[in-house]
Amino acid sequence: MSGVADRLRDNGVAVYPTAMLLVFFLIPFLIMFAVSFFSRDEGAFFTPAFDLANYARFLSPFFFKVLVTSLGLSAAAAVISVGVAVPFTYFVTRMGAGAQSVILVFLLSVLSLSEVIIGFAWSTLLSQTAGIGNLLAALGILESSRSFTPSLGALLLGLCYLGFPYAVLVIYPALSRLDPELPEAARMLGASPIRSFFNIVVPMLRNTITGALILVFVFTLGAYLLPQVLGRPQHWTLSVHITDQAIFQSNLPFAAAMAIFLMLVSLAMVGLSSLLGQKRM
Amino acid sequence: MTRKFLNRRSFMGSTLAAGGLASLATPNLLRAQSDRSLKVGTYGGYFQDSFNEHIFPDFTAATGIAVESIGEPTGEAWLVQLMTAARANQAPADVSMMAQVARIKGERAKLWAPLDEAALPNAANLPDHFVHRYEDGSINGLGAVAWYITLVTNTDVYAQEPSSWKALWDPANEDKLGLLALATNSFLLEITAETWFDGTEILDTEEGILEVMNKLAEVKPNVRLWYRDEGQFQQALETGEIPMGQYYHDVTGLAAADGKPVRSTFPAEGGVLDSGSWCVSKASDKVAEAQEFMNYMCQPEIQAKLSRFVGTAPTVRRDLTDLTDEEYGAVASSIDPILPRYDVYSEREDWLNQKWSELVVG
Repeated sequence: MSGVADRLRDNGVAVYPTAMLLVFFLIPFLIMFAVSFFSRDEGAFFTPAFDLANYARFLSPFFFKVLVTSLGLSAAAAVISVGVAVPFTYFVTRMGAGAQSVILVFLLSVLSLSEVIIGFAWSTLLSQTAGIGNLLAALGILESSRSFTPSLGALLLGLCYLGFPYAVLVIYPALSRLDPELPEAARMLGASPIRSFFNIVVPMLRNTITGALILVFVFTLGAYLLPQVLGRPQHWTLSVHITDQAIFQSNLPFAAAMAIFLMLVSLAMVGLSSLLGQKRM
Repeated sequence: MTRKFLNRRSFMGSTLAAGGLASLATPNLLRAQSDRSLKVGTYGGYFQDSFNEHIFPDFTAATGIAVESIGEPTGEAWLVQLMTAARANQAPADVSMMAQVARIKGERAKLWAPLDEAALPNAANLPDHFVHRYEDGSINGLGAVAWYITLVTNTDVYAQEPSSWKALWDPANEDKLGLLALATNSFLLEITAETWFDGTEILDTEEGILEVMNKLAEVKPNVRLWYRDEGQFQQALETGEIPMGQYYHDVTGLAAADGKPVRSTFPAEGGVLDSGSWCVSKASDKVAEAQEFMNYMCQPEIQAKLSRFVGTAPTVRRDLTDLTDEEYGAVASSIDPILPRYDVYSEREDWLNQKWSELVVG
């Protein structure tokens, strides 16, 4: 008897989060899924139906190009962020405890900045009138101040700024737990610091690195403001088009269909990359 | 006019859903002695505050009808709410200020109560394009407030004021323009048609629209920013970062009065006249009160008051108002306006938006 009560009590703890997840995640998602099949009434709203037209409209060269742009941008942002984050975090873990917490607290505080603030801050920093162009001109590197935004580089910079702290925070625990004797042993056997980093540290972190790549990839896939602020129209991601459809053109069925499609594609990419990560182990 | 005006459309664009909800939760009921009352929906935020302060108390004093002020979201969210409520025979607001595309959609769905023209004698003060009728001729809405989108420039960068929308196509302005990003809020198709094709009639057919789009595509090398958020462009215009573009006449005038190096120009082809209209939900049982309110709002002195205190262009003919040249110039122009083709947007919505995205992105 007491065994049943214990089990109830133990499982009872899980009821609340499960219910929250159901109410605030699963149900809205199912509603969106249903809406993606509704039929759009042009000049009005939508009516419940089972209509594949929204998905059909998405399968056009135009949206395919947009999808490729979105995936490409997020993949590039993920690779750059993690590429910088791995050596960065490695050096951080070699520092004293005080310095480590200062850096980590700083990175955590960057997470509190919204996409809006990051976007507008970078667009000012990269502008002709108030940006680093003035500094470069004053130093004689540029003849006269110029603007670096909107451009692909500016957009990638913004996306990486958004993703970098997450990459560091995912990699940090694994790197700080890494036995320092392993790279040291490699060094004693004659490997250069760079070689020991790439041949010993990086392979041991493969799963963590894959996880960080996936996290930054998925996270930046949802960015819809940075492409508008820092990019040109050809860099507008699927998220921008979803926002346009949902908010400005009140075409919720099409917006929902695009969102579902984006989710499926990103799930597939995530599945594929974790599969590849496992195989190599 | 106050500096607060700057908040109006950015509020409308971004935070309105939240603001609208907040004000729905605490409706502002202006008490009157009689039991006659009316729920009036206006865009939440600056608009609602201005109406609460300058318009509703006087209306209640003049008619004895108490006003319950409702903050509504812009775009079509409010139309959806009105529509859903009307199915349950409810009216969250008796009379609402509606953007034009939403108004037309409501008209198609016969959501608006047909009004009694005899109860609206002041509707005669309005030009025809502000008197909206069903096919049988009955009135279903009246112009409430209007505003202009004009050609704006930074005076430090452009010493010479441009005189035509053709400046947008000038190769000398490469990478210098800020334009609104969407077909339905930029009205660039109408601007292009008026500037290069002798009027917006060419937008009647799909071939015509595509022809206009091809012409419009020529401005793309000149566009540095396609903006959805006004704040994004205004700051860049003031600093000279993006020294030319399309923007709101009233807000630009306020920035200039504030000492910012910007100017608003009504080009020879005219500024774009966008507007909101009063419509009554068919589920309302206060049609008589709503008509009294709409009739009250169509008085020239009330329209002049709106121009002075809210910064909107009058929907009544200018000569009826006592606005001075300076007051009128701050909100409008005597040059014939470019009238948006809302009918085209509501008829070919998805096709047009798709072609537009391909034009801008491609």
